[in-house]
Amino acid sequence: MELVVKWLPYILAGISVGGQFALIAIGYTMVYGILRLINFAHGDMFMIAGLIMVYMATALPLWMSVILVLIITVVLGCTIERVAYRPLRQAPRMSIMISAIGVSYFLQNMALYVTGGLTRTYPTIEWLQKNITIMGASTKMVTLITPVLTIVLVIALVLLIKRTKIGMAMRAVSRDFETSALMGIDINKVITVTFIIGSFLAAVGSILYFSNYTGIMPTSGSMPGLKAFVAAVFGGIGSIPGAVVGAFVIGICENIIKGLGLTTFSDAFTFVLLIVILMVKPTGLFGEKNIDKV
Amino acid sequence: MNKENVLRVSDITMQFGGVVAVNNLSLEVNKGEIIGLIGPNGAGKTTAFNVITGVYAPTNGMVELNGSVIAENHPQGKMKAQYKGENAGKYTGKTVLTPDKITKKGIARTFQNIRLFKGMTVLENVLVAMHMNMKAGVFGSALRFNAAEEAKMREEAMDLLRMFGLEGNKDDLATSLPYGKQRHLEIARALATKPQLLLLDEPAAGMNPQESDELMHLVGKIREQFDLSVLMIEHHMQVIMGICDRIYVLDYGALIAEGNPEEIQNNPRVIEAYLGVDD
Repeated sequence: MELVVKWLPYILAGISVGGQFALIAIGYTMVYGILRLINFAHGDMFMIAGLIMVYMATALPLWMSVILVLIITVVLGCTIERVAYRPLRQAPRMSIMISAIGVSYFLQNMALYVTGGLTRTYPTIEWLQKNITIMGASTKMVTLITPVLTIVLVIALVLLIKRTKIGMAMRAVSRDFETSALMGIDINKVITVTFIIGSFLAAVGSILYFSNYTGIMPTSGSMPGLKAFVAAVFGGIGSIPGAVVGAFVIGICENIIKGLGLTTFSDAFTFVLLIVILMVKPTGLFGEKNIDKV
Repeated sequence: MNKENVLRVSDITMQFGGVVAVNNLSLEVNKGEIIGLIGPNGAGKTTAFNVITGVYAPTNGMVELNGSVIAENHPQGKMKAQYKGENAGKYTGKTVLTPDKITKKGIARTFQNIRLFKGMTVLENVLVAMHMNMKAGVFGSALRFNAAEEAKMREEAMDLLRMFGLEGNKDDLATSLPYGKQRHLEIARALATKPQLLLLDEPAAGMNPQESDELMHLVGKIREQFDLSVLMIEHHMQVIMGICDRIYVLDYGALIAEGNPEEIQNNPRVIEAYLGVDD
């Protein structure tokens, strides 16, 4: 029992952070699944969503800010795809990857310009900050909400992909661009929908994640973005369940390491995990072997 | 002769860098016809298919479907100086429809090397192709406002599978089917887009004589039942000669003969292209 009381807060925090990473990781993995592109700007989108929240909340009621953050982030995500990725559709894969890195720096520098490099205070969402007690461990509402919301969104997403017309089109496009187009599927529409979903989930993740922190900086997106990327690779990039499992594993392990008093090494652990997985099982937990078409 | 024209390919040249893959090809498919496109390996047959379906934009020439232009181009930019084909200057417009738009206008195709969607079931492979005829948009379908339409579509997809004897395999992974059935599924998937013109790229490849005989009858049946025209590339001569109304012969990208099966069989240039010349 004593053990439970000691470790439960860390595990709860781990599950919560894991859920937030999962919401970002899905964006990485879906875009990779369809475009074979690692969207390096995704972590910065997450940061931008946070900043939008900061500025919205100064003028508008919180509920309205939350809705606007979701909408603006989605619009921004689609705009980036249209401006920076779509014109390079026929270009070699490396070009579009470099374009993504460019967008990443562009967003960070825009944020630097707008914030003046100062840490901005993230608005407090009272309801998420409420203290609750689970099995004797005291924690915040957001810790409980995050995994629940993550699981609900992931189930909804999996159903969308398995059961609906657009989901089927997404699966077809992820297999074979050319054949999909020849079956009458509008590739650009499918890609836009992918970016809508990815950006939406990143925005939700951003609200939950930054609620745990007081401030937000232009570089605040890098670390969670990188960790979510590691989660996606760990789970097998391209696989949605893989990304979710990977994110929870990373979140929980990091917090257990913190609980052991080794906080300094928690980030290092994540990247060691990346190296190990790439050496032992480069396709990740649920990834499939990529057989190149002849 | 008053035939309704479905496809008209006029003076198509497809040049990749310095290589002319298709040279000044013109052909026509009329309503209800089954047309053969034959020629030795590397003659440019599949390239011609890729131009018709919008995978490649032609370097020069025009493709029309039911009288409306689906592709038109003339040498531009760097190609202007490199162009080796004929009829330069005859075409001035530029229309390049993407493959999905052309499919929506009524051209469907199968592939020489089978290209079914891996990881999707037999039924899903057909449904994907059927979806573009659905009215419900992205969000309507996500929220399932269209249960009736969806149910009707599934029924239609099952009808197609039944026609090809695939109804028992509907939940199997498409790529787990035996080879012959995969070929049939590709045709079923193409038909699911409700085409007016079906392009078959070596549908009998890898089939034994009995299977290709069955395929031949199937193609005839499809023409009647779906009221469409067929343009097929095929190497099995008994299939081509047995079913085609007219045949076009390509060699080194250029048309060397055109006519009914009998004329083609007796055409010295065709025999030469296939067998070589006696010294």
